Amino acid sequence: MVAPGTLRVVRCGGNTLHGARAVFSADSKYLLCAAGDFVKMYSVATEETVRVMGGHADLVTGIQLNPQNHMQLYSSSLDGSIKLWDFMDGIPIKTFTVGSKLMALYTLARFEDSVFAVIPKSGERDTFQLVSVKLTKAAGQDLEARELSVVLDGVDASPKHIAFGREGAYVASVKDIILQVYFFKQKQLNRFSVSAVKAKSGNNHFTCIACHPTEDCIATGHADGKIRLWRNFYHKKEYTFSTLHWHHDTVMDLAFSVEGTNLLSGGVESVLVLWRNESDRQKDFLPRLGSAIEYISMSSDGTLCCTLHTDNRITIINSNLRFSKSIQGLIKSTDVKTGLVVDPRTKALVLNGEPGHLQFYCLQSDQQLFSLDIVQRQYIHQAGLNQADLVKVAFSAQGKWLATVEEREEATDPELQLKLWFYDEETQSFKLNTRINMPHEDHITDMCFRDMDELEDDSLILVTAGRDCVFKVWAMVEDTDPEAQQSVSWSCDFVGSYHNYQATNCCFSEDGSLLAVSFEETVTVWDSVTWDLKCTFCHPPGKIRNICFGRQTCSKYLIGATDHGFLCCWNLLSCALEWSAHLNILVLQPDPLSEHIAAVSWLSKESSLFVFKPNEPRPIYIQRNLCKEKIQLAAFVPRDEPETTGSEKYLWLRRSQLFFLTDTQELMTLSTKSLEERLTPSSKQLAVEESLPVTPFSLLLGKHRRQQAQEDIDLGKLVVHNKHEQDSPAVKELLHTPAHVLPSASFLCPIFINSLLISKENKSAEEVADEVEMESEKTEDDSDEERDVTEMEQEDTSALELLGEMTCKLSKAQEKELRKIRKTDYSWVSAF
Amino acid sequence: VGCEDGSVKLFQVVPEGIQFERNLDRRKGRILCLSWHPSDTHIAAGSIDILRVFDVSSGQTVQRIMVNYHVQKVKRECVVWSIAFLSSGTVITSDSFGRVQFWDWQQGTLLESHTVSTSAVLSLAVSEKEDSIIVGTSTGATYQFQLLPVKMGSLEKRWVRTKPFQHHTHDVRAVAHSSTALISGGLDAQLVIRPLMEKVQKKGYDAALRKFIFPHRRLVSCARKARLLLFQFSQHLELWRLGSTDTTGKDGEVLPLRRMPEHLVQLKSKGPEHIYCSSVSPCGSWLAYSTASRFHLYRVQYEGDGVSVKKVPKAPKLLLPAYQLQFSADSGSLFVASARGSVHVLQLLEPGGCKHLHTFRPPSGSPEAVYLLAASADGHWVAAVSGDWAIHIYNLKCLKHHCTVPTYSCAVTALAIHPVTNNLVIAYSDQQLFEFSIPEKQYTAWSRTVQNCGLHKVWLERDSPITHITFNPKNPSHILLHDIYMFCVLDKSLPLPDNSALLMNQSTLKQLPENARQRQLHAFKICKKFQPLLFADLLDENCLVMVERPIMDIKTQLPLPIQQKKFGT
Repeated sequence: MVAPGTLRVVRCGGNTLHGARAVFSADSKYLLCAAGDFVKMYSVATEETVRVMGGHADLVTGIQLNPQNHMQLYSSSLDGSIKLWDFMDGIPIKTFTVGSKLMALYTLARFEDSVFAVIPKSGERDTFQLVSVKLTKAAGQDLEARELSVVLDGVDASPKHIAFGREGAYVASVKDIILQVYFFKQKQLNRFSVSAVKAKSGNNHFTCIACHPTEDCIATGHADGKIRLWRNFYHKKEYTFSTLHWHHDTVMDLAFSVEGTNLLSGGVESVLVLWRNESDRQKDFLPRLGSAIEYISMSSDGTLCCTLHTDNRITIINSNLRFSKSIQGLIKSTDVKTGLVVDPRTKALVLNGEPGHLQFYCLQSDQQLFSLDIVQRQYIHQAGLNQADLVKVAFSAQGKWLATVEEREEATDPELQLKLWFYDEETQSFKLNTRINMPHEDHITDMCFRDMDELEDDSLILVTAGRDCVFKVWAMVEDTDPEAQQSVSWSCDFVGSYHNYQATNCCFSEDGSLLAVSFEETVTVWDSVTWDLKCTFCHPPGKIRNICFGRQTCSKYLIGATDHGFLCCWNLLSCALEWSAHLNILVLQPDPLSEHIAAVSWLSKESSLFVFKPNEPRPIYIQRNLCKEKIQLAAFVPRDEPETTGSEKYLWLRRSQLFFLTDTQELMTLSTKSLEERLTPSSKQLAVEESLPVTPFSLLLGKHRRQQAQEDIDLGKLVVHNKHEQDSPAVKELLHTPAHVLPSASFLCPIFINSLLISKENKSAEEVADEVEMESEKTEDDSDEERDVTEMEQEDTSALELLGEMTCKLSKAQEKELRKIRKTDYSWVSAF
Repeated sequence: VGCEDGSVKLFQVVPEGIQFERNLDRRKGRILCLSWHPSDTHIAAGSIDILRVFDVSSGQTVQRIMVNYHVQKVKRECVVWSIAFLSSGTVITSDSFGRVQFWDWQQGTLLESHTVSTSAVLSLAVSEKEDSIIVGTSTGATYQFQLLPVKMGSLEKRWVRTKPFQHHTHDVRAVAHSSTALISGGLDAQLVIRPLMEKVQKKGYDAALRKFIFPHRRLVSCARKARLLLFQFSQHLELWRLGSTDTTGKDGEVLPLRRMPEHLVQLKSKGPEHIYCSSVSPCGSWLAYSTASRFHLYRVQYEGDGVSVKKVPKAPKLLLPAYQLQFSADSGSLFVASARGSVHVLQLLEPGGCKHLHTFRPPSGSPEAVYLLAASADGHWVAAVSGDWAIHIYNLKCLKHHCTVPTYSCAVTALAIHPVTNNLVIAYSDQQLFEFSIPEKQYTAWSRTVQNCGLHKVWLERDSPITHITFNPKNPSHILLHDIYMFCVLDKSLPLPDNSALLMNQSTLKQLPENARQRQLHAFKICKKFQPLLFADLLDENCLVMVERPIMDIKTQLPLPIQQKKFGT
């Protein structure tokens, strides 16, 4: 465990989350996903991340349930180890070191002490083999598993290219245009090939494979969108296949339903296709899943299906092909052009999401808050098609206005649109206010609002810098048109240029009085009221990459980073260079709540972080080797409440948190807390509660507990605790004592039954009784609904007994209690 | 025989013909298809919405299955277009809803149902082993179904739709399942043979996809002296006079016509029968055709511009249909190839009569029909090919059988007798060529050389047979052959090409200088300019007539195919 107080780089989302097919737990309550170096466990019911299991040193490439114990999970990683987890508790049970990179992992019920993995063939590049790994049963946590035997040679590295047939009778592997089937019992290897590249309908290569769970049938997906169903493949010559064709592009993954009657396929069209009875006439579709489907997996009971998408989304789909739930963290877009922007209203991170959309990503819950359609045009999944995409986004200080720029790349000149959105309090969403076609002649390089928190609305201005050598100032004007729906709209107020250089960056000072615009090598400072050029700075050679003003006590400084690896700080009062440092700065990010500025440099293939105050050239914090990937963007996100625990050294992290986005679109942050602390404890509790298998006994126990829980709520915290304490030991004892030391059942039964009865003493308090009556009526109603069937059976008996003299003597409250007890008792009997 | 009125009639096939035996149980509804159980005890009949199974011995309906029973809310009627009865008791139906269904006839239950198409499935055929079927749909697609084991080694088997093929543009009306190929034919006038690669042992003629558009028969006959062409259509004949020109030009030029081609006569056959064969005499004044039941002979007279056609009275009533008609070179007699292996010789008399002269019978007494004839120019010989591929040569002067050409294991596709040497040139369906000297009763030396050296590989791999052979009277070593796709002048005086040489070398030869060209020359001079080529014949020394029938002309006459949405259009 990392000692408290040291800063750690924590991955908190994004990246290519999915290296393998997701796995449902045996009861279909949890979904296990490989996510980077971790294995994540989601609750299917709540979509929450229940647990993150970390321990692998490299990408996790395969996860499989232990066929011998469904509460355990095998995971393989590129670091050459297979780990066995108890995923309910998140405990690594064993680690088997294999020694070579593991590309994929498969388990089979037939092979009790071995698993299958794809490893690179030693001595050869880009050739892989399927091996069976014998897992030794020795004691101890860390074990060696060097006993490998090659099953198939010349397989593909992708986990989708190998599948095991019914009952593990055979294994099928595809590579390029070759299908290999190996029968374990017969030790027979059959090879089939499809005809090579056809010019007209794209290529014929295999892309994925799935085996029928009960029959000898193999489904393969192809790059030209066809699905082939192979049969009779134990004959070298008389094999046969039929073709299903709907996808117009590569079939990304295939999955058979548990019974094998249905086949699911997905591809770049983001449509899940259900083929019934292997017929191309009977198919159903689930369209509009958002993005290309990468992996499909089925739960073992066949009720749920899960698709993992290329943009990191996880969709859970019912067996009747209805969309059920979506687990989405940071959506991966093709290119984050907008940069990392913080929405002042929700404190959510805002960046490119789905094509043409803006995603609002909640950092606390690792969930997408919402997605705003900016481009508002149908996205067509087709390669080589230039489609409008969102390139710039800016919020006004209060989050009341949102400015977006979208562009469509054309051969000659780009098609640009500047849109201004107004936040509508009623609908709680942004509403389009003004659309400006072609705001600039060429690409827009930067855009910013004048950040003046306390000033009136009409002082709000927007500045855009363009590659057409001008920067433009946009201001709100009263709409004179009486038919207009809104009172204000935006129009151009001022156009500025400097020596016909391309404008690259723009930035307002904190008080909004000065605007800095960089023109290639020069930074110009303008008065934001009169639009006079006040002064210029430059630090030749090298063009200006980033500029920003200092904040708070350091607002007299202007910071700029150049192409040639200099970080310069100019004093605005003396118009002179204050200091400069030789650093290849990629990202320059001021903290809006303090005077600190974070700069990320990229040097010799590692990123380093420097945090400094502009008034002193010595950085207050340096983290070398922040991560191996190139950091592209960074953002300070204000904390809800200032962190108190941090030591003096990390004062700069007190009011806001720094987030980075790497070029693989992995979101990282700096944190002093450990991984476990970051997960909410409640979700862990949830996991334990839900982990109990559903048996008549557990139903009874659950009912018992639920009742107690309800009473907890009903009676407040005053009364119930003692009862809870009183009851639970008997049950606990019963459950937790090993079976061989338990006394006889006849002895235990009365204790157990007694524990289920609700003692009357508690209810004597009169002031509580009335409340109880009312509330318990309600709870009874609830439970009545749940137990319709048992109620039916009991109706006559209860009626009979109610006629007895008991009822007359008892008070109303007691009567209710009695009825409740009866009901509980009977249902227990019927459950048996 | 199933009838429109719903009756099924049993006929007995006896040597003299067919004989009505009895009617099976008659119910309402058209009978559209019938299938015998392989043990001949039951017959399955497909009708509208139902299928019935008859017991042959009692004539009773023993099972009646509604094919439409489980389809909800369907108002349309379901036509069972085709039916097959397997020995296992499974009845397979294909219907107008695009389904192929498998029934257990005894229980009357549906075993499996496969919807293969949105339009009707019209035809169905079962392989001999009953483990594979082929169905044809009205969209032009054919599908194969195979009976495959569900698991390795298990006895449970299931019909699985495996291979779809789209070779037709219109309805596939008929399908057949041979042991190595799927054969389909349809409304688009194409016959397609699709080999099953897994059943074909070696690469060869059987291993390639074959498409046939025209019958492998001569449909055009030519009156050389009168310069007339007779075109045979299914229900009528057309007689045309060829145009002529008096200018000359270079290769590839289209010359202006002095006289336009002229449509002289259109002769419609009576009744619904198709014309089986036809011929025009070299002088152009006789015209004969035959349908399945009748033989017709006409006298054509030309008076100035007018033409009159007169039926020859008292033409002999031939008992059996004629399979081929051939006039002698002097137009004095007509040879009629009969279905019984005999060749009748009719003598044509001026001004319009005929009489039966002689009937040649093969010495073996083979009952196979004669389907090809060739007469020699000097009127001495006539060669006849019968269905057992034996070639008999008869002497016309002595009116007796002369000899038999050694039997070859392939069908004869064309034969002709050389006008000078009286050598019989024979083309077989495996593309082999033979030359047989009739006077010497043996193969010629050239023919033996051809057999020793072997023909060029490319030549043997062609997939359409030679349909006509003719000769150049000016140069006796030239043999003119053609099939649908090419016209070939075979020069016997030149060396045969070996497999390394280019067979179709006419275009490369043109570019070579004279001396190099001499070295490259070989016996086959092939021209592929005219496609599809129906007929080619030499009218005189410097005039060759070619008949081309563009496929587009046929296609435009076809009804519109079923509209299908094609992705991306």
